[in-house]
Amino acid sequence: MESGPVLEAVGVRRTFGALAALDGVDISIASGEAIGIVGPNGAGKTTLLSVLAGTIAPSSGEIRFRGREVTRSGASARSRMGIGRAHQVPRPFGAMSVFENCFVAASTGGGLRRRAAYERCIEVLERCRLDDVANRRADTLGLLARKRLELARALATGPVVLLLDEIGAGLTDAEAAELVTMIKSLSESGLSIVWIEHIVHVLVQVVGRLVCMDFGLIIADGQPAEVMRDARVVDAYLGSAAA
Amino acid sequence: MSLLAVESLELRHGLLEAVRGVELTLEEGETVALVGANGAGKTTLLRAIAGAHRPSGGRILFDGRDVTRLRAHDCVRLGISLVPEGRRLFGDLTVEENLLVGSQRRHGGHWTLETVLAAFPMLERLRDRRARTLSGGEQQATAIGRALIANPRLLLLDEVSLGLAPLAVEAVYESLATVIAQGATVLLVEQDLTRAVSVAERVICMLEGRFVLEGRRGELTREQITDAYFGLSRGAAA
Repeated sequence: MESGPVLEAVGVRRTFGALAALDGVDISIASGEAIGIVGPNGAGKTTLLSVLAGTIAPSSGEIRFRGREVTRSGASARSRMGIGRAHQVPRPFGAMSVFENCFVAASTGGGLRRRAAYERCIEVLERCRLDDVANRRADTLGLLARKRLELARALATGPVVLLLDEIGAGLTDAEAAELVTMIKSLSESGLSIVWIEHIVHVLVQVVGRLVCMDFGLIIADGQPAEVMRDARVVDAYLGSAAA
Repeated sequence: MSLLAVESLELRHGLLEAVRGVELTLEEGETVALVGANGAGKTTLLRAIAGAHRPSGGRILFDGRDVTRLRAHDCVRLGISLVPEGRRLFGDLTVEENLLVGSQRRHGGHWTLETVLAAFPMLERLRDRRARTLSGGEQQATAIGRALIANPRLLLLDEVSLGLAPLAVEAVYESLATVIAQGATVLLVEQDLTRAVSVAERVICMLEGRFVLEGRRGELTREQITDAYFGLSRGAAA
C-alpha cells in the first residue's frame, strides 16, 4: 500500500456563472481509505467527484494523483491512470451484453489489450456476481443488477481509486445490504473509495471517514458518528435551530 | 372523514421504488410538513397526490373520492393545487397575469387577487413586473399566490425555501403563516426543519420511500428527527 495520498484536491474552486459549486476544497484520500461524502442538495458533492474524475475541469486549484498533478488530464486519461467512477444512474449500453459492457470499459477505459481485457472482465464479473448473467443484454437487468454492472464497469478499468456517486439510491434494504457487502470487500482488498451517498446508514457501514459539504465547502471531516452529530452538519441539512 | 387519505401507496421511477407503502391522512385545516433527505420520496408523493405521478399501487382518496388515477388537471378541478419545486411561473407574464392564470380554475372562497396581494405584500409593488425578472423569493410568493387564488381545498407546497436567500425565506414564511391562519389545508415539503415546524402542526420524516418518524409539533426533538432523517439508528443496528 502506498504511503502518501493517492488522490488529492488542493484549493479547488469550480464556478458555474456566479455560483461557486466548489469554493476552495482541500481533500486528501489515503491509499486504501474509504471516504463517504454527504451534504444537502447542491452542496457540490457530485461536482467534486466530477473534478476528481476529470469530467469537469476546476476553475482553479490542483488535482494530484499519486503525487503527480493531473489537473489538465481528461476523464479518459484519468481512467487509464486508475481513477474509476460509477454513476448514480447506470447507463449501460442496453443492446450489448453484460460482458460486452465490461469489455468496453476494460479496453477503452482501462487501456487493456484484448486478452487482458477478457481476463479482467471474467474476474470483475465474478466479483460483482454477474457471471451468471454475463451474456444477458444489459437492458433486461433489474435495478440491483444494473448497479452491479455499473460497479463492474468501473472496476474493469482497473482503478486504484473508485469514485461512487449515489450507487445505493433506490435499492431495497436487502439489495442495499448486498451492495454494502460488495463495496466493503472492495475496500478491504485495498482499493481507495470515495462514495457520495444520501443513505447515510448505508454509507457508514463501509467508510471510516465522513466528509460533509455545504455550499461548495467542506464543513466537517472525521469519524462518521461525530460528523453526523456535528451541529454544522445538522444545520446544513435541517436548517439552523436558531432560525 | 379525512380530507386526504393515502393508503399503502407505492410509487416508482422506472426500476426504482421511490415510495413504499405510505399511509397518510390529512384533516381539513391541518398543515403537515414532510421532511427527509434527497431521494426520500417526498416530491414524488406530492406529485402523486396532485395527479402528476401515476402510482404503481395503493390508493389516494380526496374527500372520500378515489383520485388515484385522476390526471393533474382533474385534481386541480377538485381543489388540489401543487406549487412545484422551481415554481414554474410563466416568465413572460406579469405577476398579476400569473396570479390570474390560477383563477381560471377558481372555486369560491376567500382568495381573490386582492386577498392574495394582501397576504403577500411583496407582490403588490411587483404586479406589473414580468415573472422572469423576479428574485427567487418573489417568484415563490407568486407561485403560492397563483395556487391559492384557485381557492384549493388542499395546497401542496414543494421545497418552499430551496435556493432562497434567508430574508426571502423569512418573508415567504411570514405570508405562509397568514395563509395557514386563514384555514388552508397544507402539505408541505421542506428541507429546513425549523421553518417547517414554525408552520406545521405535524411533521413526518421520510427515508428511502417510507415514513420513519411522525409526530406533532413539540413532540419530536431535533435529535430524534436527525436520527430518522439520516437513518442513524438503523446504521447502528446494522
